Amino acid sequence: MSSGSLSTNHLLGIKYISRSDIELIFKTADGFKDVINRPIKKVPSLRDVTIANLFFENSTRTKISFELAEKRLSADVVNFSASSSSVKKGETLLDTVNNVLAMKVDMVVMRHPVPGAPMFLSKKIDASVINAGDGTHEHPTQALLDAYSIRRHLGSVEGKKIVIIGDIKHSRVALSNIFCLTKMGAHIKLCGPPTLIPKHIESLGVEVEYDLDKALEWCDVANVLRIQLERQDIKYIPSLREYNLYYGIDKERLNRLDKEITIMHPGPINRGVELNSDVADSDHSIILQQVENGVAIRMAVLYLLAGRKPISKI
Amino acid sequence: MSKGKTILTQDQFQLTIERLCYELIENYDDFDNACIVGIQHRGALLADRIVHTLESNMNVAVEYGKIDISFYRDDYRRREEPISPSETVMDFIIEDKKVILVDDVLYTGRTIHAAMSALQHFGRAKEIELLTFVDRRFNRHLPIRADYKGITVDAIDEAYVKVEWEHLDGKDQIKFFSKKVNT
Repeated sequence: MSSGSLSTNHLLGIKYISRSDIELIFKTADGFKDVINRPIKKVPSLRDVTIANLFFENSTRTKISFELAEKRLSADVVNFSASSSSVKKGETLLDTVNNVLAMKVDMVVMRHPVPGAPMFLSKKIDASVINAGDGTHEHPTQALLDAYSIRRHLGSVEGKKIVIIGDIKHSRVALSNIFCLTKMGAHIKLCGPPTLIPKHIESLGVEVEYDLDKALEWCDVANVLRIQLERQDIKYIPSLREYNLYYGIDKERLNRLDKEITIMHPGPINRGVELNSDVADSDHSIILQQVENGVAIRMAVLYLLAGRKPISKI
Repeated sequence: MSKGKTILTQDQFQLTIERLCYELIENYDDFDNACIVGIQHRGALLADRIVHTLESNMNVAVEYGKIDISFYRDDYRRREEPISPSETVMDFIIEDKKVILVDDVLYTGRTIHAAMSALQHFGRAKEIELLTFVDRRFNRHLPIRADYKGITVDAIDEAYVKVEWEHLDGKDQIKFFSKKVNT
């Protein structure tokens, strides 16, 4: 019977956790992956924990995934979305959260459009904060589930060649993936139009390749990102059609390779832009496995963070 | 660090396991509609040995699973660190079956309590019996008792009893430590 603990009380970003933290999360997720494939998918671990899901920005799968993870751990859950709240009436973030915490909430899962908002909050409140995406900064649970899916599919992450394709500039998934995969010992290339790849990104220990076919030829896994039109204030690409011609992945492009590669996508997919249907629905794709693993990973993160706060100290 | 005292030697160890197997055969005959479930991690080691002995020495095959109870423990958030889970291997459901739950040491009874909660998720057992290698009689927290026991040990709360296995610890034996050591 071994026990383990994360090095942190909050999950704000992959940048702030260590490789051994990530390995502990993966090991714990293995246990939960088993639980969610049983006929009864629920365990009583968090029965005395209340969790608030604060979504200041739209989300479908992350919100459902967190909510399912919380419910399968038997936690009490309250949901909040900015569109129907006092945020519209001019309340500050800290006031909103303090009001929720006054109702005796133990953990906060937050998505916010401003980078750094969860970090700010974690310094002001006692409850554990989990970042469910903060603007263009980080989306740690997505990166963990991506790396975990690679580990489940290919056996390990160490030494694997992974290319992240698309809108790197606006993607919190890309940044968290870079931190997570490099910590786990993978080799990373970024691929996309030069306008969507930040300058000096090589300083994070990654390479840049502008030619998609060369990048695919090199890699074991391609993690394909969405073009985030909602975050683009100016035109970074001439048209979606042109993007699809240069950076969209279709069956024909994959058939030209002399090996099989694994295709991942954090969702939501823009079919016909970054990924064509013949690839998204093919055997190469592990997109739906990623979604399943997401619940196990989030259960592991919640379980490990809640366990850091013994009830005697509350 | 204390070296500990051996309370069951290698020879007695195997004899005791064989006796437990015969007791099971006495009650379950050919194990029709019965199954053995070992509690991860160290209870499963005992269950492994019992199933192996039943098969190789007594030619009896039995349905066998291992259950991890980390997520069902009632001391979660009452200890400094959460427990890391082990694998659950249950390829069958226990609906209407007789279950022999196996753990290495019965002490407070809380592990068995958690295991029974966990088992409920695999169906409604017809009955559950408990087999334990070491029955520590004192300091039980719950009304739980063993149906089959290897040895009975009377020890104060600070003491620690450890079942050691040849393939992990070098020798099959049971050791008694007057104080809990990090093992």
